[in-house]
Amino acid sequence: MTAQSVRAASAMLDGGAFDVERYRADFPILTTQVRGKELVYLDNAASAQKPRQVIDAIAEFDRASYANIHRGVHHLSQVATKAYEGARDKVRAFMNAEQDREIIFVRGTTEAINLVASSYGRANLQAGDEILITHLEHHSNIVPWQILCQQTGAVLKVAPISDEGEIVMDEFKKLVGKKTKIVAVNHVSNALGTINPVDEIIALAHEVGAVALIDGAQSAPHLAIDVRALDADFYAFSSHKIFGPTGVGVLYGKAALLEAMPPYQGGGDMISYVTFEETRYNRIPYKFEAGTPNITGVVGMGAAIDYIQSVGLDAIGAYEHELLEYATERVGAVEGVRLVGTAAKKAGVLSFVIDGVHPHDVGTILDQAGIAIRAGHHCAQPVMDRFGIPATARASFAFYNTKAEIDALVDGIHQIRKVFG
Amino acid sequence: MASDLRELYQEVILDHNKKPRNFREMEPFDRKVEGFNPLCGDRLTLFMKIEDGVIKDVTFQGSGCAISTASASMMTEALVGKTFEEAEQMFSEFHDLVTGDPTDEPKVGEHLDKLEIFAGIREFPARVKCATLCWHTAKAALEGGQKSVSTE
Ligand SMILES: Cc1ncc(COP(=O)(O)O)c(C=O)c1O
Repeated sequence: MTAQSVRAASAMLDGGAFDVERYRADFPILTTQVRGKELVYLDNAASAQKPRQVIDAIAEFDRASYANIHRGVHHLSQVATKAYEGARDKVRAFMNAEQDREIIFVRGTTEAINLVASSYGRANLQAGDEILITHLEHHSNIVPWQILCQQTGAVLKVAPISDEGEIVMDEFKKLVGKKTKIVAVNHVSNALGTINPVDEIIALAHEVGAVALIDGAQSAPHLAIDVRALDADFYAFSSHKIFGPTGVGVLYGKAALLEAMPPYQGGGDMISYVTFEETRYNRIPYKFEAGTPNITGVVGMGAAIDYIQSVGLDAIGAYEHELLEYATERVGAVEGVRLVGTAAKKAGVLSFVIDGVHPHDVGTILDQAGIAIRAGHHCAQPVMDRFGIPATARASFAFYNTKAEIDALVDGIHQIRKVFG
Repeated sequence: MASDLRELYQEVILDHNKKPRNFREMEPFDRKVEGFNPLCGDRLTLFMKIEDGVIKDVTFQGSGCAISTASASMMTEALVGKTFEEAEQMFSEFHDLVTGDPTDEPKVGEHLDKLEIFAGIREFPARVKCATLCWHTAKAALEGGQKSVSTE
């Protein structure tokens, strides 16, 4: 048993059940009333809520430890720098990276991918080179590569997905070749919840000498990440999806790659000295952290990681699996409901459509019952096109959701069917 | 059902959603404009036939929620036979109706007639754009020049 699963096991009740009420009590917002009803928050894939431990850590840091980092000789600057760098080490451990300097703080997954596209991409790609993504990507793992293609003459290749919403690996393999320079794939799909075989995908990329970037925005809240076991070259996630604050996220990169890459933005902190004739860049990770970063946000993200580790990702994974199976069965059983995305391995997401009812109307009617879901294309329009639908209704789960909340969702769906008769 | 919801999803609206009127392409047409709501991906194409400053026929195609479909369907019925000026007035009256303060009595302009039932949208600010997408598209069609409009 790992240290993590020991902690997780100790969080279980005698019967082995996950003590969800205990964790719910950590999230103040879950007691909010919406339109006179108790909030049922099923929009976690868009952004997750924060536990008191994170809210308090942020307030406490701002109250007692805040100053700019890396530049002051004064006491507070040193305290703040220690907290900021301490969070970097928490992230390193969270992803099982080897070194702190492989962890770059960015604004979020979107900026992480843009950083790799601009810095690594422009330095290494030439006309005719290929970038391979899949039909399952979020717009933030599509558009930066399209921009890079426009700038370099590289070509974007897209691996297809099946009717279940899984990457068709036989087709994927055919698209990996000598010209492939970057492979960029999400670990878990935000639109459908599919868990992709990223270990296999990374190995395929490496066979042809390409680098692999994994978009971990939707895996980080649900699965234990091990960048070394995966042998990922780059791995990105966002704090706000792992119960931390917005405006901050992480790019992991292998040290050798990061060292060889040109800076992404210029400014303070990323230099070691500047004259008008010559500027020498700072070492990694600072080379990629130009300007005053989101100091408080980074500290808050560190607190969120502490919190997740205290619950334990093994326990979270097991509980959420049970929750998703229950939701799949109950929602799927309602007449006129079609689930979109039925992969064998899924995490956290239930996307569906109701015959004759547009997802926006689903969202509005559920909202009247205090149930928050997302209705739309989920920043993944190609996925919607693949299934020939404009949008889906998406319920997405966190470990603080309950079966009773899924029952409320099912009641809401019955109500919708009644309205639209 | 909560009363706000019943206000929004009135029978007439549900009926127009199920059986949208004038839901077809037009050939030939005098004006054709596409309307997009990039936030939700809703899109519609509006076709118009115009004679001597009067709207002779309006049809639409596209996919959207019940509110946007019903709004477009009812708009096509309401616009036929109207002058540009009357249509312009309907646009601004409709806009005032759906964006009004929900705690006040609804402001029902004199040209609105059946469209009055959209007053319920005032309670649902997130849905106002669904109802107004077709009207923005129609306005662009009347003004000419633009091939597409967006709510954002
Ligand atoms: C799979 C995936 N990738 C990337 C992103 C972008 O993350 P952010 O908006 O935090 O930069 C998201 C967020 O929705 C996502 O779900």
